[in-house]
Amino acid sequence: MKDDKKYDVKEANGAEWLYSQAVKEHFFNPRNFLVDEPEKGEYDAKGEVGESVCGDVMHVWIKVDSKTKKIKKFGWKTFGCASAIAATSMMSVMVTENGGMKLDEAYKITPREITQRLGGLPLRKVHCSVLGDQALRNAIDNYNKTRK
Amino acid sequence: MKQIYLDNAATTPVDPKVLKAMMPYFEKEYGNAGAIYELGRKAKRTLDESRQKVANILAAHSGEIIFTGGGTESVNMALLGYARQNKLKGRASGHIITTKIEHDAVLNSYGQLEKEGFAATYLDVDKDGLVSPAQVEKAIQNDTILVSIIYANNEIGTIEPIAAIGKMVRGINEKREKQGLPRIAFHSDACQAAGYLNLHVNDLSVDMLSLNGSKLYGPKGVGVLYVRNGLSLEPLIFGGGQERGLRSGTENIAGIVGLATSLDIANSLSKKETLRLTKLRDYFIQELTKDINKSTLNGHPIKRLPNNISISIYGIEGESAILYLDAKGIACSTGSACNSASLEPSHVITALGRPYEYAHGTLRFTLGRHTTKEEIDYTIDELKKIVKRLREMSAVR
Repeated sequence: MKDDKKYDVKEANGAEWLYSQAVKEHFFNPRNFLVDEPEKGEYDAKGEVGESVCGDVMHVWIKVDSKTKKIKKFGWKTFGCASAIAATSMMSVMVTENGGMKLDEAYKITPREITQRLGGLPLRKVHCSVLGDQALRNAIDNYNKTRK
Repeated sequence: MKQIYLDNAATTPVDPKVLKAMMPYFEKEYGNAGAIYELGRKAKRTLDESRQKVANILAAHSGEIIFTGGGTESVNMALLGYARQNKLKGRASGHIITTKIEHDAVLNSYGQLEKEGFAATYLDVDKDGLVSPAQVEKAIQNDTILVSIIYANNEIGTIEPIAAIGKMVRGINEKREKQGLPRIAFHSDACQAAGYLNLHVNDLSVDMLSLNGSKLYGPKGVGVLYVRNGLSLEPLIFGGGQERGLRSGTENIAGIVGLATSLDIANSLSKKETLRLTKLRDYFIQELTKDINKSTLNGHPIKRLPNNISISIYGIEGESAILYLDAKGIACSTGSACNSASLEPSHVITALGRPYEYAHGTLRFTLGRHTTKEEIDYTIDELKKIVKRLREMSAVR
């Protein structure tokens, strides 16, 4: 993964119909998606975002280590196009790699960071496809509510 | 890997016979049809022959055939050219009618005319994509000057009752003449219909008809506009006055020969191909809708083009399915969201009243001269697996 490469979303040419290798890889081999809704207790909280008018609906589930406040497990389901699927898959990798991302850090993840890791997206795809961060924040909010 | 092309409504390969007919006109018979020496006269004869060939297929006069730079140009020439030339005097320019399921060439030409002061009515269609002559009749006002209805829809394949609408408009025009009201011109976009449906302009009672070659195993970048004698159009392109002054510029003889030849071949194969493809189409539709639950056919089940299968599959996104199919060597298209700059589902599918969860999962397979049953079986097989996988991922159940 070319993590170091700084990629401005705006550099991706909106007129082109090309997806990066990373997008293709995550689209054809998505990571961490859930075939069925998880069993009760398997995850700690759920987040949702999207509307089918726009074409993208995302559901995410997080399992959190209550001591370290790190995300241990992240599952998802997405109704959307190639970039939406790839973006959710990439986010699931980002929040669980290296022993898991801390909740406060994960709360600040941006579409831009996800898009950068994907090597850019066609411009018109960015707006609607990268909703994963909102679903994640929704899940974290829900997690915090249950812990209060 | 197998390569299966199921996007014949987008474009078709050039028929080798067509290519062969075109070849002499690039290097040897390169004359300008406007020149008076032999090389030019030969080009003019070839042009006349091609025009006659097309006129025969439409049962029209050769003087009514205008060669253009493609289907989109034909439509623009017809709609902008007629409306501008026949604009009413006074504050309002006139009223124009079409449907909500036209090709963008028509919708955007109408949009331009609205900017120029014309008032437009966009007719609804029923759940199968049909518009009725009664609906058109009801929309006609005293100041109506133009009606344009697609012959067969490019996305969903529904065949509109063009002959009945044409007859109705003709009847109304007879009455309007006595009342001193402006004549209504009737145009039909027949780009998808050619090769399968009757194109006789008098059977259809059309005043203008747009056709192109790139869906008929002919070359791209060349089209036809039929303009009934007595109709007056303002040109879009100015210059040396070729094509009755409507389309200035040196005639593209090779392209025109290619288009006329491809129309001729398509016409001679029409009956046989219609029978063969209708069988394949119905088999495809039956297998798909049987094996994939929550899937639905778009367009009319019977009044549809023999080569069109448009299906909406609940809970998956069309673009995702297309890219997974592409990875298996299958080329098809979608009329849905991510295909266009806007993220809304296709205007045609939306006009049918499909819920968004279906509309976004629209796939269009269009069969062609080279399509076999084996290819369809392979496609059905792969599509079933792909739908299963995408539904496993989908947040919409």
